[in-house]
Amino acid sequence: MTLPPALMHAIEAFIVLNVLLVLVAYVTLLERKFAARMQSRIGPYYVGRPHGWLQPIADALKLMMKEDIVPTASDRAVYNLAPIVFLIPCLLIFATIPFAPQLGVADLNIGVLFFLAVSSLEIVGLFMGGWGSNNKYALLSAMRAVNQIISYDLPFIFAALVPVVLAGSMQMSAIVTAQQGLWYVGYPVIGQLAFIAFLIATLAAENRVPFDILEAESELVAGFRVEYSGMKFALIQLGEYAHMLGTSFLGALLFLGGWLGPGPAALGPLWLLLKTLVIFLLVTWVRWSFVRIRVDQILGISWKILLPATLVLLLATGLVVATRGAGGG
Amino acid sequence: MPETQTRQVVEIGYGGNERLMMNMGPQHPSSHGVFRMILTLEGETVVAVDAVIGYLHRCHEKLGESLTYVQYPSIASKTDYVAAMTAELAYVSTVEKVGKIEVPRRAQYLRVIVAELQRIASHCLWLGTWCLDMGGALGGGATVFLYCIREREMILDRFEELTGARLLYGFHQTGGTRYDVPPGWDKKVRETVDFIEQRLDEYEAMLEDNTFFRVRTQGVGVISREVAESVGVSGPLIRGSGVSYDIRRAEPYSSYGDFDFVVPVETAGDCYARYRVRMVEFRQSIRIIRQALDGLPEGPISSRPGVKSVAQVRVPKGEGYTRVEGARGEIGCYLVSDGGPKPYRLKWRGASFSNLAVLPYIVPGHKVADVVAIMGSVDPVFGEVDR
Repeated sequence: MTLPPALMHAIEAFIVLNVLLVLVAYVTLLERKFAARMQSRIGPYYVGRPHGWLQPIADALKLMMKEDIVPTASDRAVYNLAPIVFLIPCLLIFATIPFAPQLGVADLNIGVLFFLAVSSLEIVGLFMGGWGSNNKYALLSAMRAVNQIISYDLPFIFAALVPVVLAGSMQMSAIVTAQQGLWYVGYPVIGQLAFIAFLIATLAAENRVPFDILEAESELVAGFRVEYSGMKFALIQLGEYAHMLGTSFLGALLFLGGWLGPGPAALGPLWLLLKTLVIFLLVTWVRWSFVRIRVDQILGISWKILLPATLVLLLATGLVVATRGAGGG
Repeated sequence: MPETQTRQVVEIGYGGNERLMMNMGPQHPSSHGVFRMILTLEGETVVAVDAVIGYLHRCHEKLGESLTYVQYPSIASKTDYVAAMTAELAYVSTVEKVGKIEVPRRAQYLRVIVAELQRIASHCLWLGTWCLDMGGALGGGATVFLYCIREREMILDRFEELTGARLLYGFHQTGGTRYDVPPGWDKKVRETVDFIEQRLDEYEAMLEDNTFFRVRTQGVGVISREVAESVGVSGPLIRGSGVSYDIRRAEPYSSYGDFDFVVPVETAGDCYARYRVRMVEFRQSIRIIRQALDGLPEGPISSRPGVKSVAQVRVPKGEGYTRVEGARGEIGCYLVSDGGPKPYRLKWRGASFSNLAVLPYIVPGHKVADVVAIMGSVDPVFGEVDR
């Protein structure tokens, strides 16, 4: 019996989405434990022994039971819609991620483009949240968000395009296959520089310290999400972590050879997950060791350093590829 | 008088045209309920700041008039609850000055030791919270904060062994100290300061080698020498602005003249200069503690008998002002006695209060994010501001 393709895709998407949500929940636990180690603490411990393995579930339950507060002065429609508008692109990016050969929702031939385009859409939800809350902190945060995300999307895209040019394809699985001989992070000079640029742009695109000026709790309390409570807050949190995990997946696919690794092919998804978590922990490591920088400095870094650098890098990659011919590693 | 007439806010000119008034505090993570800044913003730039204080006012000066000389020292510690030892010291020194009471040398040395330990503990808290303000509770700031708190805990443990208390000590009494050091305490103190000295290198490596930390602090919140002198800031703020002024050196009290230490001075006047001054002070305090422990004389710890009744101490008619170098600057205490067991009048000069007055001169023109960095570098403790 064969199912119609649409239904098949729906089932796949359902499974991926659910696995993903659990993964996102546990990635928060991983981050908390990792940060705790860095700060000579223990981290979550008591909710589910050993080592608080039930903590993410407890957090989710707690947030669901919280009172949902809508400020009277807010723009209700925009305010209520914002978390959903924010969450959807953050989950949609997983559609094009192949977890192994032939294992994924849709391995589009323009996968990378789709990923980059959709992941930039989160700004709409952010801005709606900041604007709809009708709160001065949220408004300032929304202004910062637009500034920052627009400035960092370009370097992010340029850095992500380097492997695309090297592989000569926008299809995620083709890029991974092209890394058979050599992961792109190991590609002389270009690979490392692109990977570093990718990591920096990832930090900024995901609003992590040192670029977390949107949230900036010591200045703007909680930024655009200051008025959100309960499940709406949980949705925003979920979206943020999903986006971060998605970007880590992208990094693992583009630079770290995706599911390639020693052992039988069945171990592929495991390798991918491992590499994703390595990127995630790198980002987390930076997050928990830096202080936040100022909005004008953030824009300065992007427009004066990162953008020209990635642009030159992309041109150099083009030259390299033109001299040796596309494809291969 | 209507409020608009009493408030004078200095505004700077700025090219923009739309202004936004924003309350930072009292309900705000970086002013946690005790301070309110009314910021006038143009975009992200602060063009005017108005500070509202008084959220933590507890009538300390009135309390000083209604409590006896025996009772008040433990309340005096609540003015600056982050550095309780020095606040107590300021009060008892004033009583001793007005009453012309001698303090034995051992007590003087003990006072120096606890005052310097307290300075280290207070600076630990300052560094932690300042980085927390700049780096976020969910970022690198929290990491520095937790490291600093870890070190501060060690000093609080030493204080607990000495006095039985961890925050408000009641260690000083008129004429000396209430407690002598327990056996083995000096060895533990030496170990603690050795350990903290190592950790200071780690903080400096973590912060000063970090470009982001430097761009957030260098050139931010510059207090010029003129402003520093005319506003009357003291402590690390004035030393960060190029004035070598330290009461321990200018007017030595409690045998500070016996010790060899350096008064750090930076000329830049920005947040980074103040940070550097405090980092050097950490090390100088450790140096003083070692010297004081080495030279700790034998003898009585108080020139007066232990406390038996609340009205035991009486001070002859007169008045006097004493100042000590607290962790945040000059802590002064002015006292008028009418010969009874309680002061007739008591006036505190809080270091944070005077330091806070510099905000309108340095905040306008900076971004919102710099406001918290500047606030943190001023290091106000609102118990001492409002009293």
